[in-house]
Amino acid sequence: MANSAKTIMKGALALLFFFSLFMNCYATESYPGEIYIDILANHYQAVVFDHDLHVMVSEGCATCHHHTTGMPVINTYCASCHSADESAATVSCQGCHSKEPVTAGSMQQERAAFVFHDDKPDLKGAYHLSCLGCHQQMGAPTGCQDCHARTEAGDRFFNSGMFAPAH
Amino acid sequence: MCNISRRKFLAGSVAGGAAIAMAPAKKAFGANLSGFPDGLGVLVDMTRCVGCRSCEAACNKEQNLPEPDKAFDDYTVFDERPHGQHRRPTEKAYTVVNRYDQADGEKVYRKIQCNHCNEPACLTSCFVNAYKKTPEGAVTYNDKVCVGCRNCMVACPFNIPAFSYSSAFNPIIKKCIFCYDTRLKNGQAPACVEICPQQVMLFGKRQELIKIAHDRMRRNPGKYVETLYGDKEVGGTGWLYLSHVPFKEAGFNVSLPNEPIINNVKDFLAIVPMVLAIWPALFTGFHLLSTKGKSHGHADNHRHDGQEGHE
Ligand code: SF4
Ligand code: SF4
Repeated sequence: MANSAKTIMKGALALLFFFSLFMNCYATESYPGEIYIDILANHYQAVVFDHDLHVMVSEGCATCHHHTTGMPVINTYCASCHSADESAATVSCQGCHSKEPVTAGSMQQERAAFVFHDDKPDLKGAYHLSCLGCHQQMGAPTGCQDCHARTEAGDRFFNSGMFAPAH
Repeated sequence: MCNISRRKFLAGSVAGGAAIAMAPAKKAFGANLSGFPDGLGVLVDMTRCVGCRSCEAACNKEQNLPEPDKAFDDYTVFDERPHGQHRRPTEKAYTVVNRYDQADGEKVYRKIQCNHCNEPACLTSCFVNAYKKTPEGAVTYNDKVCVGCRNCMVACPFNIPAFSYSSAFNPIIKKCIFCYDTRLKNGQAPACVEICPQQVMLFGKRQELIKIAHDRMRRNPGKYVETLYGDKEVGGTGWLYLSHVPFKEAGFNVSLPNEPIINNVKDFLAIVPMVLAIWPALFTGFHLLSTKGKSHGHADNHRHDGQEGHE
């Protein structure tokens, strides 16, 4: 079971790698090779996101960055308005996805400004839905601690490790 | 409103017996249940849940619940089948996440807690008025009033109320209160909603959530089954569910009526105030007969007290 998942994953990575060779000729702009993500710093240690690796294995910038990088838009929902967009002023996740949790009310405000951006996840949601969603499809690691190791406060929160129930 | 003390309730029901006997049962119990158009709720999108159990851990800390039997990152709980069933909320865990294995091997996760019904069966079944539906949308309870009769446990269509047996003589009800005391009454989302990495849950006005849910279904053809669970069930619930698998396959009760449970039990419930009403009236009558000739101008005060206790 685990073995077959691994083979699939290797296959997928190899495929993506070849594909990315073509896509990479677009990536002339500079981008950070590593990104430090610490929005869950209380329960988890910061994630050092290997941007380089993900640029290499992804179908193109638009896989994660929607219509903001000036690259061909992949998501058809975004493409209906932004198919010919230039690179946007901000391309970082937190440039658009709020650190504050979204609510039905905040979504409605968003709707007033950008009609079709009305179901936009907050930053934590955007990271997990995008990262974990892809990791699940690609057979990449999906455990919480595969990406971010827990802090002591996190162990206490989960009643785990040295805080595990005694029995 | 419903938060009367036990002493006051007893005094009120005895003194106010005569007054209640005159009022139709529906008025005494059905008043004020669905009149909160700005009620808050949560939209649960099951397509997003990965079963990480962070929400369970957050609930445990927020509500100061006892240490769990297993760590919150122990996923063997998904294989537990207490009483042959999937897990349900207990007095030590107001919310639980379950895994439902589908025929095609897919794993579907569902978070369970009180659904904070628009017209809660627990509330209508409680004859000491321990429950309250707050204008914000939470179904809360006053454990000082609860007598541990377990009517609500039987009445709840979602098997939510659990009982604490820490005192053998005074078991009290324990269930999710939508983080009312610590968060909801200040307009804040509950702890489980806030912690969820996948943004499975969206907090807001129930009316807006229904709209957002339908937008999601319309924009993603084929992604969801075409029903919003909780929109209509038992008169509507504050917590609503979107799913990609038929609700039945995720352990939902899909045979619930759209009418609130109150309509089924109200005939039975009418008996309860009758018992409370007739006896005091009878004995008051004896009392009045035996004290005939003396002043009994205090009757109006009694009547007033009684109504207060039952509003
Ligand atoms: S925290 Fe969110 S993703 Fe994790 S089990 Fe709870 S509802 Fe599911
Ligand atoms: S789900 Fe059950 S306990 Fe919660 S409000 Fe409805 S009837 Fe009451």
